[in-house]
Parts: sequence; C-alpha cells; structure tokens
Amino acid sequence: MIKVEGLSKSYGGFKAVDNVSFECRPGAVTGFLGPNGAGKSTTMRIIAGLTPPDSGSATLGGHHYHDIPNPATQVGVLLDASAQHAGRSGREVLTMGAVAMGLPMTRVDEMLELVSLTPVEAKRRIRNYSLGMRQRLGIAHALLGDPQILILDEPVNGLDPAGIHWMRGLLREYARRGGTVFLSSHLLHEVEVIADELIVIGKGKIVAQGTKEELLHSAGTFVRGSDVDALAHALTQAGISSQPSGDGGLRTESTAEEVAHAAAAAGVVVLELRAAGGAGLEEMFLELTADTQRDETNTEGVAV
Amino acid sequence: MSAPTTYATIDMDAPGIPMSRLVKVELRKLVNTRAGFWLVVSMGIIAVLITTAMLIWAPVDQLTFGNLFGIMNLPTGFLLPVLAILLVTSEWSQRTGLVTFTIEPKRSRVVIAKLIVSLIAGVGAVVAALALGAIGNLLAGVFHDGAGAWDMTWTGVGHSVLLQMMYLVQGFGFGMLIMSSAAAIVLFFALPTVWSIVAMIVPWLRDNIQPWADLGMAQLPFQGGDAVSGDEWSKLAVSAAIWIVVPLVLGTWRLLRSEVK
Repeated sequence: MIKVEGLSKSYGGFKAVDNVSFECRPGAVTGFLGPNGAGKSTTMRIIAGLTPPDSGSATLGGHHYHDIPNPATQVGVLLDASAQHAGRSGREVLTMGAVAMGLPMTRVDEMLELVSLTPVEAKRRIRNYSLGMRQRLGIAHALLGDPQILILDEPVNGLDPAGIHWMRGLLREYARRGGTVFLSSHLLHEVEVIADELIVIGKGKIVAQGTKEELLHSAGTFVRGSDVDALAHALTQAGISSQPSGDGGLRTESTAEEVAHAAAAAGVVVLELRAAGGAGLEEMFLELTADTQRDETNTEGVAV
Repeated sequence: MSAPTTYATIDMDAPGIPMSRLVKVELRKLVNTRAGFWLVVSMGIIAVLITTAMLIWAPVDQLTFGNLFGIMNLPTGFLLPVLAILLVTSEWSQRTGLVTFTIEPKRSRVVIAKLIVSLIAGVGAVVAALALGAIGNLLAGVFHDGAGAWDMTWTGVGHSVLLQMMYLVQGFGFGMLIMSSAAAIVLFFALPTVWSIVAMIVPWLRDNIQPWADLGMAQLPFQGGDAVSGDEWSKLAVSAAIWIVVPLVLGTWRLLRSEVK
C-alpha cells in the first residue's frame, strides 16, 4: 500500500535520506526503526507530501499523497504530536479536523472515547497535556477520517507501558481489518512489541528489512562451553568463524547443528547452545546509534 | 468476532474538500486561540471606549456619523492586520501546518481560504464600526444640541472598506513572507515607519520617490469621505503594488515551496 522507491533528500551536503526503497503491505504493522536523525521523519514527511524529495518517489496505493482527494479520510497521518497550537483544546483540534474532512461531529466523541480522553481532558488546552495525552490526541486525529493507511511518527514516545500495550492492541486490530500501518520509533524494544515487519534505517540508508522473525533469527547462534578458548579453537578447526559475545560465550553465523558437530568432534564440553535471538539486531542498532546519534540530530535541527 | 470490514484501496474519485469547509475551519482558527479571541474582543472594547470618550470630550460639531465611524477604523486598522499575520504565521510558529497541509495538501487552496477569512474579518469590522458609529451618533444627538449629523457618504464607506482590506492583505503578505509571528508584526509596523522617516530626511527621496512609494501617505486622502483625484488613485496603486502585492506574491511563493516541519 505504501511504496517508496529510490528516495533521496539532501540538506546542503548532508544526505538525510539516501536512496531508500521499501514497501508496507496492508494487513501488517511495519516498524520504521532508526536512531534520531537517521532520516525517519524526513521519509515520512516526503510520503505525506510535506517535503519535496530530490529524487525517487513515494506512493500510497499507487498515488502521490498530493493527488488524493480529501486525503486525511484515506491516509491518517501523525507526524508530531506536539505540533499543535498549545492554546486550543483537544476537542477543538478534532472538531477542526472533522469540519475540514466533512465528518459528522459524533465522530469527534467516538475518537475521544477510543483513545480514552475524558470529556474534561478534551476541554483542556493542549499546553496542559502530557506527551502521552498529546500522542493519544494525535492518534485520534489520524484515525478521525477512518483511513485505510496510517503513518505515525514516534507514536509510542511518551506513552507508559500500559499505553504501549493499548497502542499495540489498537494497531494490531486495525491491521487485522486490512489496514496498512507504518510507524517509526528510535527504540528497538518499543517497535519489537508492536510491529510485524521491520525496516531499519541508519544515516539515511536502509540497513535491514524483513519480518520481525527473519530479523531476530538471522542473528546466528550463541554457544557457551566450560573452556572458551578450546571451544573457539574447535569451531575454527571446523571452519566456523566466531566472536566472543562478552558474557563468556561465543557468537557465530552458523547453525546450532553445525556448532554442535564441531564441538562434539573436538570433544569440547558445551553448556549452552541456542539461537542468538534479537541480540544481533540490537547490536547492529546500538552500533548505528553510537556513531550517528549526536552529529546527525544536530544536522536535522539546522536543516532548512 | 464480527466479519472483518476490510479496507478498500485509495479512492481517487472521492470528493475533494470544498472551499466552504476550508473557510469554515480558518474562521474557527481566527478566534479559537486566546490571542485571536482577545484581539477580537479588545477591538470591540477599544471601539466602545473611543465612542464614549468622543461623546464626553469631543467638540459638539465633531460629533457626526462620519467622524464617529472614521475614528472606529483606527483600532481595527491596527489590530486586524495582526490577526491576519497570526492566521498565517501560527501555522509555522505553532507547527500546525503539519496538520493543515496534510488535510489539504493543495496549499494554494489553504492560502485562498485564509485570504477569504481575512477579508470577511475586514468587512465584519467595517460593519461593526458602522453600527457602533450609528449608535454613538444617535446618543450624540440625544445629549448634545447640534450634534449627530448623518454626514456619511457611500464614498466614505467605500474608502474605509478599501483601506481595511489593504491593511489586512498587507499583514497577510508580511505573515506569509516572514513566517514568524513576532518578526512579521514588528516589521509590519516598523518598516513603513522607518521608510517614511528616511524619506523625509533625504530631500531627493522625499520629492521623487516617497509620494509613489509611501503607502501610509498615499492612503491619507482616502481616510475621509471626500472625492479623490486620479493622481491620488495612481499613487495609491503604485505604493500598494510595492507594499502589498510584492509581499503577497513573494509570500505565497514561499509558502507553496517551503518544507513543512
């Protein structure tokens, strides 16, 4: 439903988005994961037609956002929950949206109830809202026109664990009915909880994409023995490369079976042998975060 | 579990957003913030205060419909442009543009809706000034002998509407071009004043340029109900082109091209 092809966007000499391509299919929640300043928000703004790309294209069901009639009733967008006039009430924000989209006012109450904002809270000015309440309001606004596609930038940011659980239920149900959900996050654990498919971005480039299972299980095998050096030697003899994992074990790209055979052949005692789990993804993510986070968040702020 | 209502594909034949709905939303924005609300309220309060003051202290022969109406246009002439500026700049300063321009991505339509709303506000202000002026004039006739002449001409009303519209559109253009509430308001008031002062100091500018490029000066003959000469119309047109059309065109160009963040 969302198709991004060869998308690039530079600010001065800095490539915020660098030849990015991916697809989000209906019926699934696609997580867009990357450290701050990796190009997530820029990509989403390009999809919503707010930022012109230098090259490439982003389409929704084959169409550019700009060309879709009354687009908010077909594509729900939340780009920044804090980007609201602080002096307006939550209800007023939804009312303005409903008027523009041509929806009955009952829809405003339905959405307020859906995101659990009480009538009293809805009447308060947004400056008095917590980040979590702003996110709920933003979700309500994105869902107001009952769209087929949802694009949400950092929607879980500021939600408490119960809120994250609620959001997961809401988006899962939405996807189950055939909706397309594309949401970004800079926190692996958040997106892991909610998304079915993952797209990982760093320094403007896609570094990994696939279903959550694929990404979490492609991380190889973890093995721990009574003698680390002997185990490493045995693996090397069998032609298996491995790295110390830092907690007394070894990590390798080979399967558990290959590792077991190598250890048995060398007569090395194995205490633990299992899939390495999401640690591989996490390591990759931490690496991305470590050397990109600081300088690129700054650049994002300066860009015109 | 109920039958899943599956979502259809993007419907390209769905009706778009009619201009009337965009105008409705922009009208709400004019008054649904504290700044907008109090600007409108303060215009009303100031107008009532001025009328009262005139009734008490003004010389009796000054208490005419034309004068009461005319003086009412001063506070609105000052404050309405601020309202127009905020209507545009708040989309950037409060970042509501993210929502506004995703609901209606054809930004030129949003600009037109905002312009229509500004003009509605301008007409509304003139109508309110007429009503208050009439009430003031009636009261003047009751309390003072010889006051309360109905000396207003349609030319006078026409001129007032024209000037209010010019102030509003000028503010609107400044807002779009500068994009920041504070800077746009300051420059809207300071720039013409600074220019007038400079022009008055430099004799060559004063004699050759100022009459054609000082909007405030060109607007002076239009502040009463007197007939205006063709020369005065041309001077108004040329200064309006410089101070209103240029910011409006450049501002629209900037708004249509800017990245919304």
